[in-house]
Amino acid sequence: MSGRAPSTGKVVRAVLGKDLRVELRTLQSVPAMALFATTIFVLFRFGLDRTRLDGGLAAGVLLVTILFAALLAINRIFVAEREQGGFEAIRLAPADGTALFFAKAAALLVYLIVLELFALPVFWLFFLADASGLVPMLPVLLLLDVALAVTGALIAPMATNSRARDLIGPLILLPLIVPAMIAAAGAGRHLLAAGGPSYEQYGTWLAVLGLYDLVFLLIGWAAFDFLIED
Amino acid sequence: MSDPAPAAPAGPALRAAGLSHSYGDLPVLRSIDLELPAGGTLAVLGPNGAGKSTLLRIVSTLLRPTAGSIALYGHELPREAWKLRGRIGFLGHQPLLYRDLGARENLDFHGKLFGLDGAGAERADELLDRVGLAHRAATRVDEMSAGMVKRLAVCRALLHEPDLLVLDEPLANLDPAGAEVVAPLLGPAPGRTRVIVTHDVEAALEQADRVLGLHRDGSVAFEIAAAEVDPATAREIYSERAGAVR
Repeated sequence: MSGRAPSTGKVVRAVLGKDLRVELRTLQSVPAMALFATTIFVLFRFGLDRTRLDGGLAAGVLLVTILFAALLAINRIFVAEREQGGFEAIRLAPADGTALFFAKAAALLVYLIVLELFALPVFWLFFLADASGLVPMLPVLLLLDVALAVTGALIAPMATNSRARDLIGPLILLPLIVPAMIAAAGAGRHLLAAGGPSYEQYGTWLAVLGLYDLVFLLIGWAAFDFLIED
Repeated sequence: MSDPAPAAPAGPALRAAGLSHSYGDLPVLRSIDLELPAGGTLAVLGPNGAGKSTLLRIVSTLLRPTAGSIALYGHELPREAWKLRGRIGFLGHQPLLYRDLGARENLDFHGKLFGLDGAGAERADELLDRVGLAHRAATRVDEMSAGMVKRLAVCRALLHEPDLLVLDEPLANLDPAGAEVVAPLLGPAPGRTRVIVTHDVEAALEQADRVLGLHRDGSVAFEIAAAEVDPATAREIYSERAGAVR
């Protein structure tokens, strides 16, 4: 009966659908990310002894919190594939291995968007005098989410193959994500400035983030098959 | 079994020469030479640690040999492994099933990976029925017994009706009733080539065309037609002292 090789899109949908179904059923990642983000906000609020933040400090608190919350999901995103044979299943099937990369990046992106739907109102309540800067931050956050999802999906299989999974992932990912964080923080410090958002170099920072996303998407597309070899 | 099987290609289904594998400095397979015609069955015998599972992973395209060559249906591994994807059914110690998905959800997922659409759904229903899991189609894998998981793994391995079945102790974890249900599904079929690892010498000799015996150090003890194997001689490879170096 061996069917035709499925298209990459079909495999992406199958893996993404499976991951989202498992997450909805087990609630292993997104609730932990949301709780972690809230805890970090509380720690910053008391650690900085400030009830209002603006400019670079506000952007830094928001972006670093999202980054560390993302690490929780990135560390787990390939665990089922390693422990339950998903890598082998993909390699036995006539399916494009890079579909796994795109599916995992898409799953991470969904997790991050859901996290931010929860975390942004909490951040506003904890730290901002008004929410006007958050609206233009949304494209910045979306592009940063893509950056985290793509680099996370690229790094996570290497980390998952290591015994020091929880250590290796962040050690490789954090230096790689620095350019995207610089761009997001560069845009954020103007958008979250006291007195309302300013759009200084807004387009430039968005372009840098977009370019970063594109480069790592291409790297993932080209290299992912080799990363899941035994 | 009644499943229609695709016509087997001409030439040997499996040919290996000097096939070896090491994990770091530890050699586990040493210079295996063998040839298996399409439609034939190869039984692999040997004590624990002889490299049987490693050999199956290489045959399944899941592991690269560190030396020697191996070809399946004329396609050299690992260079042409992509041409064989979808033609191999692998049943190993790990069921390759997601614990948080139900039985039918797992088969649907694997059907999508193999490009089976509507026919895959019918095939999944048929296989679940044949292994006695039709009433457990919605049961999650982590709520199943080891025997039920094994039966579901058999369904997963057979879903796409592979040309080459690679079976690592296929009846392990099954009670006699389960083994009776599963054995015919994994048995000979037109065009189906099988490589089976088992510790049941009599069963291996009964169903195999050729037998490969491995010493504990991963070297070949014998590679001959099943009809020429004396069961007592075959069993001698299991009596080698653990850790002994030949």
